[in-house]
Amino acid sequence: MSDNEITKLVIESVKEIGADQDNDEMINATEDTRLFGDNLDSMGVVFLVTILEESISDDLGVDIALADERAMSQKTSPFRNVKKLSHYIQMLIEEEKDS
Amino acid sequence: MEQVIVISGTRKGLGKQLAEFFLNQGAVVCGCSRGKTSIIHDQYRHFELDVADEKAVMSMTRKIKKEFGRIDVLLNNAGIAAMNHLMTTPYENARTVFNTNFFGTFLFTREISKLMMRQRSGRIVNYTTVATPLDLAGESVYAASKAAIESFTRISAKELSEFGIRVNAIGPTPVETDLIRNVPKKKLEELLAQQAIGRFGTFEDVLNVIRFFIDERSEFITGQVIYLGGVMK
Repeated sequence: MSDNEITKLVIESVKEIGADQDNDEMINATEDTRLFGDNLDSMGVVFLVTILEESISDDLGVDIALADERAMSQKTSPFRNVKKLSHYIQMLIEEEKDS
Repeated sequence: MEQVIVISGTRKGLGKQLAEFFLNQGAVVCGCSRGKTSIIHDQYRHFELDVADEKAVMSMTRKIKKEFGRIDVLLNNAGIAAMNHLMTTPYENARTVFNTNFFGTFLFTREISKLMMRQRSGRIVNYTTVATPLDLAGESVYAASKAAIESFTRISAKELSEFGIRVNAIGPTPVETDLIRNVPKKKLEELLAQQAIGRFGTFEDVLNVIRFFIDERSEFITGQVIYLGGVMK
């Protein structure tokens, strides 16, 4: 699957949470939308993880765990923005395929 | 709608008895063990896996979600006991005990609470042991793995409470199952003497506490550890 498909999935999931939280920036999410630290707190990240893992499993047929030791780091979290998160997921999916 | 209950370690002992009890009550039970199932029932689903295998636990949870749409109760029952002096405990053995007891509980809790979180309800029961509060000599690794579960129970109760998920733990005394098959009789007698009520536990004793924890009326009970036999910390 392409980077594009994954970015689309991430944006859809961010929009879903945005609607839940009444957050316009997330409702109108793009590749550049900031997530953890700006629009999402740690609980928001937890919600995003569950929604994304499910979509990745249902739509892309791959089971991955979006768990990372840097998840809650302000500086290096892969959940900092949509672009970073999409790359991170792409990397996890490639690792999963290689294993 | 019938309850969907996940029980790890259902091939024998307490796990098997609990699965059969809840099946007779009309629940759907999803169990697992490293080997083939020993339970045949329309409402039972078996998964052959190692509880410390992350991918297998994720896949089990997703299959249950696809078939039943929800999980109401998780009993983190799978466990292995170990009795040895720390100086003669192989590293590999210590790792295996932690893998099954602690990491199995961690993985099942992490994956299943993702589903419970979206339901906004769920009940999780973990298993500790009286060997932990009694600091039993000869059980350093086993008791330490269960001490980890006790901390994990309390902290996960805090982290998951806002999603309507309650987490508690039961600490059985020795129950006459395979788990204590290899423990010398004298050791067991010494242990029973340290309990306020000095007898072996029974399946009914364990079941009673589990039913209390998962009862809807216990909605104000979370992060608690109940030891059987009057053992106190």
